Order: sequence, then C-alpha cells, then structure tokens
Amino acid sequence: MATEYETVIGLEVHVELKTKSKVFCHSTTEFGADPNSHVCPVCLGLPGVLPVVNRQVVEWAILLGSALNCEIASFSKFDRKNYYYPDMPKNYQISQYDLPIALGGYLDIEVDGVKKRIGITRLHMEEDTGKLVHQGTITTTPYSLVDYNRAGVPLLEIVSEPDLSSPAEARAYAEKLRQIIVYTGVSDGKMEEGSLRCDANVSVRPRGSTQLGTKAEIKNMNSFRALQRALAYEVERQTGVLGEGGRIVQETRTWDEGQGVTLSLRSKEEAHDYRYFPEPDLVPLVIDPAWVQEIRSRLPELPEARAARYVEKLGLSAYDAGVLTAEKSLADYFEACLALYPEAKGVAKGVANWLMGDLARLLNAAGVSVEEGRVTPERLTGLLRLIDQGDISGKMAKEVLEVMYVSGLDAAQVIKERGLSQISDEGALLDVIRAVLTENEKVVADFRAGKDKAVGFLVGQVMKKTRGQANPDAVNRLLRETLQSDQGSTTHQ
Amino acid sequence: MVKLLYQKSISELHDLLVRSEVSAADITRSVLDRVDQVEGRIKAYVTVTAERALAVADEVDKKLAAGEKMGPLAGIPMALKDNMCTRGVRTTCSSRILENFVPPYNATVVEKLAGAGSPVIGKTNLDEFAMGSSTENSAFFTTSNPWNPDLVPGGSSGGSAAAVAAGEAIYALGSDTGGSIRQPASFCGVVGMKPTYGLVSRYGLVAFASSLDQIGPLTRNVTDCALVLQAIAGPDERDSTCAPGPVPNFAAALTGDVRGIRVGVPKEYLAQGVDPRVAGTVQAAIDLLAAMGAEVEETSLPHTSYALPVYYLIAPAEASSNLARYDGVRYGYRAAVTGDVVDMFMRTRSEGFGAEVKRRIMLGTYALSAGYYDAYYLKALKVRTLIKQDFDRAFERYDVLLTPTSPTLPFKKGERTMDPVAMYLSDICTLAAPLAGIPALSLTCGFVDDLPVGLQLMGPPFGEQTLLRVAHAYEQKAGHWRRSAEGV
Repeated sequence: MATEYETVIGLEVHVELKTKSKVFCHSTTEFGADPNSHVCPVCLGLPGVLPVVNRQVVEWAILLGSALNCEIASFSKFDRKNYYYPDMPKNYQISQYDLPIALGGYLDIEVDGVKKRIGITRLHMEEDTGKLVHQGTITTTPYSLVDYNRAGVPLLEIVSEPDLSSPAEARAYAEKLRQIIVYTGVSDGKMEEGSLRCDANVSVRPRGSTQLGTKAEIKNMNSFRALQRALAYEVERQTGVLGEGGRIVQETRTWDEGQGVTLSLRSKEEAHDYRYFPEPDLVPLVIDPAWVQEIRSRLPELPEARAARYVEKLGLSAYDAGVLTAEKSLADYFEACLALYPEAKGVAKGVANWLMGDLARLLNAAGVSVEEGRVTPERLTGLLRLIDQGDISGKMAKEVLEVMYVSGLDAAQVIKERGLSQISDEGALLDVIRAVLTENEKVVADFRAGKDKAVGFLVGQVMKKTRGQANPDAVNRLLRETLQSDQGSTTHQ
Repeated sequence: MVKLLYQKSISELHDLLVRSEVSAADITRSVLDRVDQVEGRIKAYVTVTAERALAVADEVDKKLAAGEKMGPLAGIPMALKDNMCTRGVRTTCSSRILENFVPPYNATVVEKLAGAGSPVIGKTNLDEFAMGSSTENSAFFTTSNPWNPDLVPGGSSGGSAAAVAAGEAIYALGSDTGGSIRQPASFCGVVGMKPTYGLVSRYGLVAFASSLDQIGPLTRNVTDCALVLQAIAGPDERDSTCAPGPVPNFAAALTGDVRGIRVGVPKEYLAQGVDPRVAGTVQAAIDLLAAMGAEVEETSLPHTSYALPVYYLIAPAEASSNLARYDGVRYGYRAAVTGDVVDMFMRTRSEGFGAEVKRRIMLGTYALSAGYYDAYYLKALKVRTLIKQDFDRAFERYDVLLTPTSPTLPFKKGERTMDPVAMYLSDICTLAAPLAGIPALSLTCGFVDDLPVGLQLMGPPFGEQTLLRVAHAYEQKAGHWRRSAEGV
C-alpha cells in the first residue's frame, strides 16, 4: 500500500501598517505618489542619518500582538538583517531578530465545522523595502528603476507555528488573521495591493511521523485563493516526489499564478547569511507594563466576541452573525443602523436581511465595500422607517434601494421623484375596490359562495389598477370590509 | 611675542570681538591667509570653503554692530572633519566612493555651530571613513604633522588636529571611534576630547562604528575645549542614542584646583610597548599633579589587553554593515559596468574603497557570519562588558584615570603602512574608552625632541566636568599649550 502523507504548513505574514509616517523617519506613507517623492535623507539611507522609532508602530505592534493573544516582551530590541539588494537603501533592513516585541500567541480557525487553535510563534516590527521596476529578472533586464516611496513603511511580521495541516486551514488562518488585523485598525490588510503578504513553509511527512519533512518556502501568493491553490499544488508536488522515491530539496519557490505551479527560486546553498546583529543606532525598547495595559484596554471588540453578542443580545442566527462580523466595516455599518433606528421592533433582523440581501447584492455587483457605497446607514434606516410606516411596500423598497444606490439620494426623495408613494388613503382605495368589484361580479359571487381564496385575485386586480402603489395590507382589509358590508346590504334588499 | 589672530584661542578672540578691537571678518581673513600660506605643506583640508566662511563672519559682524549679544563661538573660524555632513558642501570621508557626494542636509553639530555663528573654513582630511591612525588611509593625500612635516599628524582626525596646530583653524571638530580625536591631538600638540557616548548627537556623522563613534572638539587649550563642547553637546530627537539633557556648564568646572582629586594610574598603560621617553614625560606630569594636591595612586584595569582584539571585532562588524549602503545605486561613485547589478555592486565597491576599508569590511563580515558569530562578535560583546566593569570598579575609587594617549611619539610617514597591526597598536591606549562609552581627553604634557607628548585623562560616564577641571588646572600650571608648532 502506498504511504499516506500529511501536510505541515506554517505561514509568515507581513502586514503594512497604515501609520501616517514611516517607521524610522517623518516621510509620509501615502500610497500612489510620484516615484521617490515620499523620501527623506533617513529613508534614503544617506550617509550619516539615524533612525528614530515611530511610537505609533510600537503601539500598534503591542495592540495586534495583544489581539493575537501574544505575550508582550518587556525588553525588546531591533537588529540589522544584512543583504544586498538595490531596493534597500542601506543594504540592511532594520528588523527584530532574537527579541521580538510579541511572542507565543494563537488564533482559532474553523474549517468544515472543525475548530482548531493555531499557534503564533512571534510578531515583530521591521521596515519595508522600495520597489524595483524592470523587464524580466534583475539579472537579465537592461536596466532597473527603483522607487523608494515604500522604503521604511512600517511592517509587522507574524510567524505561525507549523500547526496548519491543509491548504484550506492555511487559507482560513490567513483570512482570520486578516480579519483581526482589520478589526484592530492597524492596516487595511489588502492582499491584492500588497498591504498583506503571505509566505508559506510547506512540508509533507508520512502520516503519524513526528519528524518534520524537508520544507520548501513558497512566495508570491497574492490572494487567499492563490495561497490555497499554491499550497495545494506544492503538497501535491512534494507527495509526488516522495511517492516516486525522490527527495525534497530545501529551497525557496515562487507561485506562478498563470501556470498554476510553484517554481524553484533558490536553493538552501544559495540562501543568504543575514549576519543579524543588534542595531546600534537604536536603543532597546523597555516596555512599561502599564503602557501595555493601557493599549490593551483600547483593543476593539474582536469578530468572535462581536458575533457572539449578535446571537445573544440581538437574537441573530449564528450564520447571520458570522456574515455580518466577517468584515469590520459591515459590522460597524450594521451597528450604526441599529443606533439610528433603535426604537423599531425586530430591527436587527430587518437590517441584517437588507445588508446580507439586497444591499450586499448591489455592492458585490459593483465590487465596492459597504462603507464606500452611497447608501449610508442614515439612508438605509430612512428606507426602513418608510416601510414600517406603511409608506411603501417591501417590494417597492427593493426598487427604491436600487435607485438610492445609484443616485445617492434619500429614500423619501426617490419615492417623491418617482411617484412611488404607497396609496394608503382609504377613500382613494375604496374607489378602486368598488370598480374592481363591479368588473368582477363572478369572482365576487364565488367569494360569497364560500371561496375565500377569491379575495387574492381581487387584491391582485386592485394592485394592478394602482400600478403596485396600493398598500396591500390596507387593500386586503378594505376589500373584506366592502364585501362583508355589500353582502349585508344585499340581504336587506 | 605678539600673537597673530590665527594663533589665538577662542576666549582671547571672543574678548577682542566683544570689545570691537577686531571684526569677525578680520579673524576669518587671518585664518584664511594662514591657510594660503601653509596649506601646501600641511594639507589639512580636503575642501576649503572660504567664501562661505567670510559670509558667516560678515553676518556675525552685522549682528555685533547691531548690539546683539553673541556666544563664545561667534566669529571663531573652525574646521570640520570631512565625515560630518554639510548641506551643499561635499562630504567625502576622504574616500573615492564619496568624492563627489554633496549632502542635502546638515549634521546636528553643523547646525549648532551655524547657530553659534562659527565660520567653517573647510572640511579636513581623514583616514578613509575614519579608519586609521595617520591620515595615510585618505584616498586623496596624507596630512603632515605641523611639528615636523615628515611625520604623520595621527588619525583619523589628522586633518582637524593639524589644522588647529598649524593655525589653519582656531578649533576643529573630529570624531573618535578608537582614539581618532585623542591620538592626533597628542601627535599635533593640541587638546582633543572624546565625550561620553551619547553626549553629542551623531546625526549627520557618517557612521564608522555606530556604538563607538562620538564627535568631539580639538582646541588650543582646555578652556576652548569646554566652550566647544558646550556648543555641541545635548539631546537630539534625531539621534535615539543621544542622552537626555540637561547639559552642565563645562566652563564653570574650570576652577584651577585639583586638591583632593583622586587620580588612578592604571599600570597596564605604562607597561611594555610604551616609549620610555613618553612614559617619562607622563610620569613628570603625574608628579606635577601630585604636587598640586591630587591624590595619585597606581591601579589596574585587568582587561586592558583585550581592548584591541575586542575593538577590532566590534568596530569592523558594525562598519561592514554601515558601509554596505555605498553600492553605486543612489549616490557616490558608480563603476562603469557592462554586467548586471551584482557586477555593479562589486566593481563600485572594489574601485571605490581603499585597502584598509576593505580589510575591515572583510574582518567585520567574517565576525558576523553564521558559524563565527558566537566565537567572535558575541564573545567580543561579552569582553566589552568586562572592560566596562573594569572602569566601573576603578571609578568607585578614582575621579579620573591617567595614561599616555599614545605609546609612541608621532611616527614617520610610511613607517607603519605595510604593517596594519603596528598601525593598530598606535591606538592601544585610546581603544578602551570608546568601548566603555566613557569620556577621555588628551592634552600635551611635555615635549621630546621638539615633538609633543600627550596625556590622556579618562572619567566616568558624563564625568566631563572633572576631566576638564583636572586638565585645565594641569595646563595652567604646566603651560605647554603656549608652545606652538614652529615647524611650519
């Protein structure tokens, strides 16, 4: 029988922090400027300059470390990671080596209903590099252009334990990590834009073995989907090599999205010796426990806690609570709506339905997030109020929402401009009802003969005559009243 | 003998200025004339900035005329070692690789001196990237010792020391990593001080070894040293390794009295390898201090012999990383290349750096490499701690420690260039203070064959006041500082 293999994966995730200025200087971190315009002598690594740590970066490292259940080190230091590459102004990166700011955390994931706790080895601070632009590779291109705007942008690196046993788990971990990162507000966590980057260490071993197999490091996975695909490919590849009696080579491999394969980048023999040593230009960080406490107290409610609260306090289903809290912006929007319309009964479920249903459909179709859309919480609750007051029907509201989404108008404005307002005026409705009854004598006769269902047809006719603007509840009530009273009068004749 | 303006001290010139007997322009012109006269023989400067200096002097004169009260350095022409960044003026580190580098910013000390109104005569020669003890490692030329042009001025701040000794500047700034202010001060017969690590901002000082580098004054006498130190010391938000203030008043420490001061003389510094003529001169100084009322005692710093190996692991290790940025990509020299980026890096650095710099980059890279780190770099850090502890213990008993600054008299040009270790031994007395982060000062304590002999005083961290007090009292009594370099 062929050997069965099990997969061992650990992830290294780099998060770009959205601080205003860079980690060791005052240059702005703003994205999208002209090349080499957001630079200064310090982040360009000119002779004689010195780094000074941005306090916000340390604070956010402590914040995220706490959110990931890490222990915050009371004594931490920076180190230099030495290697030559033209996107690095100093040819060393200021990072943290043996004394990172946060250690020993975890986060919980769930895959196919199975919960698992994934260990986090460490979290440390470092500076980002610049960007190179060239054709092909750096060794074959006729020239390279370099942009140092990104050089010195603060990064947090989060290293997991090799606790992930499948590509699906790795993806769940990465997604969960992103969720927490966005919740803490330290980064926008956009993998496609590079503010969240994921490298993976992958190995396989015979099932039940306690020894780790030789690993490959996989780079260049630019989406969660790419992460899962690349890992699935790599597991397959390694299992194949071993199955044929081959050996895994320790190496760095890059994911080629187009071909759907991982390709060898460099072997262990070519690996860098980074010659780490303590950064002499920075003093060690001595972190006051009181400061850590103060930062911890500012930790926002994290997704799990928030979802639990929605189930307990708002009576939402676990599924709805999970969907609403998946993105912080959606949950914030949801709660903003509740705050704006607290007096209504069942409003939580109502808002949830709109958010997960019609509004989500509109946003998804356009690929915008809820906070970028034009339907603000004020506008959505305005629409809900009009439904609850009976001014419009739920069906009309769907139409109104679409117009609101496109136009950015309030519900009331849309209704007014389109003449969509629901007819609730009893006098007007009664006129229509009488006309319908006169035109449908046979159906009226059926009703009187005991066919209660006939009312439905009559309601439909009234709605048709009012082009859907009649309040269906009112029509139903008035129809029955009219039929009853007409019957009475007939008897009297 | 009436002293010419360029021969005077800062305090003498300041008095003349405030009494309107001379103008700042007069002083600057006097120094510039002196530069014209002797620079051909001394070669202290890599770059002379005469126009800028005169413009600053004119500004000072205007302010003085307007009745503005000016500090002691206003209108006092000075020289900057060419490893301190000056906006708009090239900063070469005496290296090919930075030969045409013009910084877009000023070092903090340069800003401070500009604020004080001190005209900068120029940028002085040094051993390339401050690595050396003679200025012979300069990529451009060797500076001559003003006492005898066949001799080296010491290094690496040899240009700064020679400029002050030759009257080409009233004072100068140097940088000291293993003795680079004190040893040339000793060789050129001037006062040189390496302050406590963290007293003076390093921002804008082109780094050699970041945990050791410190900027300090080179002056004609101890009073001037106190005035210059006052102007450059203090916290800097751009340098995290800079100590928080406040800075004491250094001039106020110059009481002229050493009675009761406890002076330790570590025996290791007067042992073998020290020229007996140097030892004898230093002994005479010790005797004079004792006669003046200081309590002198022999002591021991047992880890002294490790200072040299420790220094030559830590300093090159840091240097190998600090100098990695000179790769031809962003600024400085770039080799003409046809190959790829690695080829560009290699050729740029091969052609741009001199032999000693390459030697130290290799030493340092080796010491930090996987498999050697623990045995070399880490071990060196541990021994550095032991050296520090030697000093901690000594300063429980003594206010200052006294040693020679250099084991020998100034040596001949070319004498040690083929033997790096002989060159390294030239700093044997000065290496420990930077490793311990403590302040140390060199001043002339006598002459042998018309060549100055330097005395080194070391103090506990931030013990500058006591160092200056002892040095000043001794200087006033001994009077060697009044003798100037007649060789030029």
